[in-house]
Amino acid sequence: MGAVVVFCEVSDDGKAVRTSSLPALAAGAELAKHHGGGVVAVVVGNGVGAAAADAAKYAPKVLAFDGAGLAAPLAETWAPQLADAVKRAGATALVATATSTGKDVLPRAAALLGAGMASDVTGVLGAKELRRPAYAGNAVETVEVGGPVVVASVRQSAFPPAVAGAAGAVETVAVAAADALGAEHLGVHGTKSARPELGDAKVVVSGGRGMREGANFKILEELTDLLGGALGASRAAADAGMVPNDLQVGQTGKVVAPNLYIAVAISGAIQHLAGMKGSKVIVAINKDPEAPIFQVADYGLVATWEQAVPALIAEVKKLKA
Amino acid sequence: MKILVTAKRVPNPEQKLKLAGGQIDLSGASWQVNTFDEYAVETALRLTEKGKGGERAGEVVVVSVGPKDVAQQLRGVLAMGADRAILVGAEDAALDADSVARILKAVVEREKPDLVVLGKQTVDGDSNQVGQILAGLLGWPQATFLASIRAAADGKSATVTREVDAGVEEKRVRLPAVVTVDLRIIGKKAVRNEALAPDGAEWDETQRYASLKGIMAAKKKEIKEVPLAELGVAPAPLLKVKTYEAPPARKAGIKVASVEELASKLHNEAKVI
Ligand SMILES: Cc1cc2nc3c(=O)[nH]c(=O)nc-3n(C[C@H](O)[C@H](O)[C@H](O)COP(=O)(O)OP(=O)(O)OC[C@H]3O[C@@H](n4cnc5c(N)ncnc54)[C@H](O)[C@@H]3O)c2cc1C
Ligand SMILES: Nc1ncnc2c1ncn2[C@@H]1O[C@H](COP(=O)(O)O)[C@@H](O)[C@H]1O
Repeated sequence: MGAVVVFCEVSDDGKAVRTSSLPALAAGAELAKHHGGGVVAVVVGNGVGAAAADAAKYAPKVLAFDGAGLAAPLAETWAPQLADAVKRAGATALVATATSTGKDVLPRAAALLGAGMASDVTGVLGAKELRRPAYAGNAVETVEVGGPVVVASVRQSAFPPAVAGAAGAVETVAVAAADALGAEHLGVHGTKSARPELGDAKVVVSGGRGMREGANFKILEELTDLLGGALGASRAAADAGMVPNDLQVGQTGKVVAPNLYIAVAISGAIQHLAGMKGSKVIVAINKDPEAPIFQVADYGLVATWEQAVPALIAEVKKLKA
Repeated sequence: MKILVTAKRVPNPEQKLKLAGGQIDLSGASWQVNTFDEYAVETALRLTEKGKGGERAGEVVVVSVGPKDVAQQLRGVLAMGADRAILVGAEDAALDADSVARILKAVVEREKPDLVVLGKQTVDGDSNQVGQILAGLLGWPQATFLASIRAAADGKSATVTREVDAGVEEKRVRLPAVVTVDLRIIGKKAVRNEALAPDGAEWDETQRYASLKGIMAAKKKEIKEVPLAELGVAPAPLLKVKTYEAPPARKAGIKVASVEELASKLHNEAKVI
């Protein structure tokens, strides 16, 4: 068996590997023990030299696919590079974090390789044996990935970030032309926030429909910032326009596993639980004592947010003083 | 525009899963169409309509890969308004995302649609792969996790918004293409075919339900059963599920009586603040 290729995304400033890719490097290293080869980190884009150098801190070897035609994040042009990387490295596995980019590109690369793929992997049991959640987290599957190459997207919260330390060699592959098949990336409209990213945050404070309107999230933001955390929301709150959609936590939103998750005015639908059940400590604040969220909460407080959140802010301030 | 939509039947996600001996017991499951696939059907219908309740142009063909019983769910989708259905016979256990995509590719080659619309994921397997694999196998452009789609008046491209981690991405794809839809595709103004619906056209913020008239009409619509052999594909799943287990149970929590108690427990007991 052979090497393990790990797809590393490049940070917005182009200088580093995204922190969301560090758990994939860790999972790749774990898988590499079973595959017998080493980790080969792969970066893709236009002018990715600095990011490749950063990736070399985490892997003995880096392949940098560089070319003007790869500037835009397009599955059409990026998936072939990942397939090419697997061939160049003689790899028997391909791994990436299950970010929105990873989920978009990896299955397409698997198709090009004729490889089987496991999504959202949370554990490595052997060279081809992996664990992953299904049924909105209500079942854990042990799967065997057949075929020539094992492709796996890994859940960010399930693996610790890889630690810098290696001094890998970078090989640059100049990509002269890449066929986007008529696809064009027209841009991303994001909500830039000074807070940590949901996926990385140690504390997440989420609000639900019971917050009633966007302006009421101010108080949750205050608590979030006091705890140095990230703000999240249920689908109902996001759909109602109280917060941007990218704050949605759940089966179809982001999966988070912080040390502390505080769910405020969220009922605890299975689709929401699927995104936060892995948190170390869960706190629920809800006025309905029967709300299902209390079944997964380590600490439940039956109260309205109007009463509880300002009081909690005051208590935390006292503790921090 | 001719649109191929996929629909998979899944066990009702609200029902408690029966896990025993490393397997899931689905014998008592009630089946329904995967929610995202209902949204995919709604998307396809809107793309062939001159606005809400308006005249239709083009064709919506629904395809499912699965056992014969799926005909029941397909009937429901036809009652929503889809024109005809194809049921490719296969046992669920013999399928993985790769084999489903290979079967769908054969269907695409026969039907030659301008657009394939899938759900972004099935809510049982949660795999989120089939659309991307299909696009890769076909060598077509792809647009996943759509929050909106606007088909150009000339029918040659579609401009979409996609829900990505950093916000909302805008992308344009040449047709034919493969797209997968996310929850917000059922927004009032999320879907429009410029060749048919006027600027500002609005639909209800939900997938449509079958009307009595729709149910009557569906009885006359075709559900064509296609054996795998006829498509010339022999699926060999690459991903095999060996066992299912219940997730580790969380230890029972407690109710606290006051905010003071909550803060003190978080500080002294859980040590998280
Ligand atoms: C295919 C599919 C995918 C989905 N994916 C997701 C997903 O990824 N994430 C997600 O979150 N949902 C998802 N959902 C939706 C999910 O089923 C629920 O509808 C949603 O999570 C409900 O959000 P909520 O808890 O905020 O609202 P509700 O269920 O309406 O709950 C509001 C809660 O607020 C409490 N409350 C009201 N007022 C107050 C107050 N003043 N103080 C304190 N508490 C108060 C109420 O007691 C209630 O428990 C999905 C659904 C489907 C069908
Ligand atoms: N057996 C099937 N028959 C038809 N469509 C399917 C089948 N399995 C998956 N799909 C489609 O592929 C999408 C993504 O599924 P998945 O990759 O399995 O999560 C679903 O929303 C369906 O639209």
